[in-house]
Amino acid sequence: MTSRLTARFQALAADRRAALVTFITSGDPDAGTTAKILAGLPAAGADVIEIGMPFTDPMADGPAIQAGGLRALKGGMTLAKTLALVGDFRKGDDATPIILMGYYNPIYIYGVERFLVDAKAAGVDGLIVVDLPPEEDDELCLPALAAGLAFIRLATPTTDDKRLPTVLRNTSGFVYYVSITGITGSATPDFGAVAAAVSRIKQHTDLPVCVGFGVRTAEHARAIAEGADGVVVGSALVEAVRASLDAEGRATPATVPAVLDLVARIAEGAHAVRK
Amino acid sequence: MTEAPKLNSFRNGPDERGHFGQFGGRFVAETLMPLILSLEQAYKEARVDPAFHKEMGGHLVHYVGRPSPLYFAERLTEHLGGAKIYLKREELNHTGSHKVNNVLGQIMLARRMGKPRIIAETGAGQHGVATATLCARFGLKCVVYMGAVDVERQQANVFRMKMLGAEVIPVQSGSKTLKDAMNEALRDWVTNVHDTFYCIGTVAGPHPYPAMVRDFQSIIGRETREQMMAAEGRLPDSLIACIGGGSNAMGLFHPFLDDAGVEIFGVEAAGHGLSGLHAASIAGGRPGVLHGNRTYLLMDADGQIEEAHSISAGLDYPGIGPEHSWLHDVGRVTYLSATDEEALEAFQLLSRLEGIIPALEPAHAIARVIELAPKLPRDHLMVVNLSGRGDKDVPQVSEIFESRGR
Ligand SMILES: Cc1ncc(COP(=O)(O)O)c(C=O)c1O
Repeated sequence: MTSRLTARFQALAADRRAALVTFITSGDPDAGTTAKILAGLPAAGADVIEIGMPFTDPMADGPAIQAGGLRALKGGMTLAKTLALVGDFRKGDDATPIILMGYYNPIYIYGVERFLVDAKAAGVDGLIVVDLPPEEDDELCLPALAAGLAFIRLATPTTDDKRLPTVLRNTSGFVYYVSITGITGSATPDFGAVAAAVSRIKQHTDLPVCVGFGVRTAEHARAIAEGADGVVVGSALVEAVRASLDAEGRATPATVPAVLDLVARIAEGAHAVRK
Repeated sequence: MTEAPKLNSFRNGPDERGHFGQFGGRFVAETLMPLILSLEQAYKEARVDPAFHKEMGGHLVHYVGRPSPLYFAERLTEHLGGAKIYLKREELNHTGSHKVNNVLGQIMLARRMGKPRIIAETGAGQHGVATATLCARFGLKCVVYMGAVDVERQQANVFRMKMLGAEVIPVQSGSKTLKDAMNEALRDWVTNVHDTFYCIGTVAGPHPYPAMVRDFQSIIGRETREQMMAAEGRLPDSLIACIGGGSNAMGLFHPFLDDAGVEIFGVEAAGHGLSGLHAASIAGGRPGVLHGNRTYLLMDADGQIEEAHSISAGLDYPGIGPEHSWLHDVGRVTYLSATDEEALEAFQLLSRLEGIIPALEPAHAIARVIELAPKLPRDHLMVVNLSGRGDKDVPQVSEIFESRGR
């Protein structure tokens, strides 16, 4: 059911490599630029693509992703247009898994049933919804699983062994380990502690474990790829978008290459490790 | 504080998972869930611990200055020529508003949980001042998030917080008001979850906050019951309070929800009017999910949260506590609204007639009293929650009046 994700992680495991999971914000700074970045990501080294659904109040995100979301909203991005971007991407790529990441309210307002149907039709493979803990699984997680979409849950340093089974119960696709207590793009993780946490989680699940928050360089990616099944990079890419914009906040010819070049560099780190 | 739950009661909520009907819940990042569960546990234990209530009762009397008077507003009553109007004088509490009732409870809980660092969000600054005050009193570190716009318009309270030893962080994101301060506080909490207690200022946020804050504020309604029985030998006929998130209102309303004869009104801020910029989530919003709970919210067609506007920084929030959303849907409480202009009129009227300068927040409730009371019989007993005093608003209001040559 989550065939693209499963196939991708199986292929990577056979190759004894970790996945590079790249996050970009849909519509930052405009839909056309996002489409070009999306189209270039697989060749640049992205194994899985996460697309941020912009929200006015991203409570768990740091300044970089928050600002990216506001740029996108200012440019008129909506949930429907995000789904259209995925649909367009699928015309040229039927293998790279796509995960939508965001907050619940825009989905709730779109309508859960309708959203799941449209997301599936567009070629979305999984969802990460930051403000839906297992305690609220009835809202979206269970319907998503029933509709054949993976529901990827975050585990964090505060998720102890007692709580871990609750977090893992309805998780599918992969487990996203948040390497720090904190918001996206803040601290640099303690790689030793991350490795220990990943092996702890692996005792509880057969799902791949990907690690994110605070990964900015090829060296970070390499350090995480030693122990994890995947490395997630987000704020650094969103920051690369921002740094390439003109004074009015519009995309420039430098925008798409800035992101794809950074992805290529980080991919070297993530893919350097042979397990 | 803990009574046996009754069947068919409006007072039984929330359920085990924090739901009032479809509202409430726990919509937060995983990092916070373990802490929220331990907070729920700590509160469950504290609320049945006589020692907790005994200590809190002592502070309420000797530090906060409770009970607050239930004052018969004779001149206002005469002027309006209808209902007999009583003011519940929460503005006489230490720190000048009802906010201190809740902060005291949460700070005592933070102490029980061994959390040395307290964070809070604040709009008008009243919740921030109350938090800074109790942190000073108990020797805790205090960080207050406040929208940059609110820092500008409520400077007196910013100085107060700083004098009390708190760090005030102006929030530059979004609309730079209360909702953004709450986002920033949640970000801080996600980052510093190991030693930090988030002291939320109203009956909103993830479960157990809406119920917990309500319980701490319910002292307002419990005192009102007793005081009204002593003064008039019966319960009031109507209650009315302003609503930002709705904590002062819920505190007054909750002990009366099962008294069918008591009519209850909440007053939202209608800003420039319901067809313009406003902060009336029930009148102008619909159910959505923000800041850890499902509730009525101001938002656009795509589920993006809209900025609220009110002349009163304490009401300038695009949501409302989930229990209010439920009380609206089941029809137990009637939600009205008052505009900036109406609040300013009421502000002046109460000042001139009673020698009481109200905060702009409860001035919204007074504005609806001005409309409702004259239509009611003289034996109708109406209680208005005077949730705070207007000292903090005097500079802002005088500037407005001066600019109009009044
Ligand atoms: C005096 C006063 N009343 C009311 C409010 C609104 O809060 P709530 O609706 O939670 O009572 C505030 C908030 O700052 C306030 O300062």
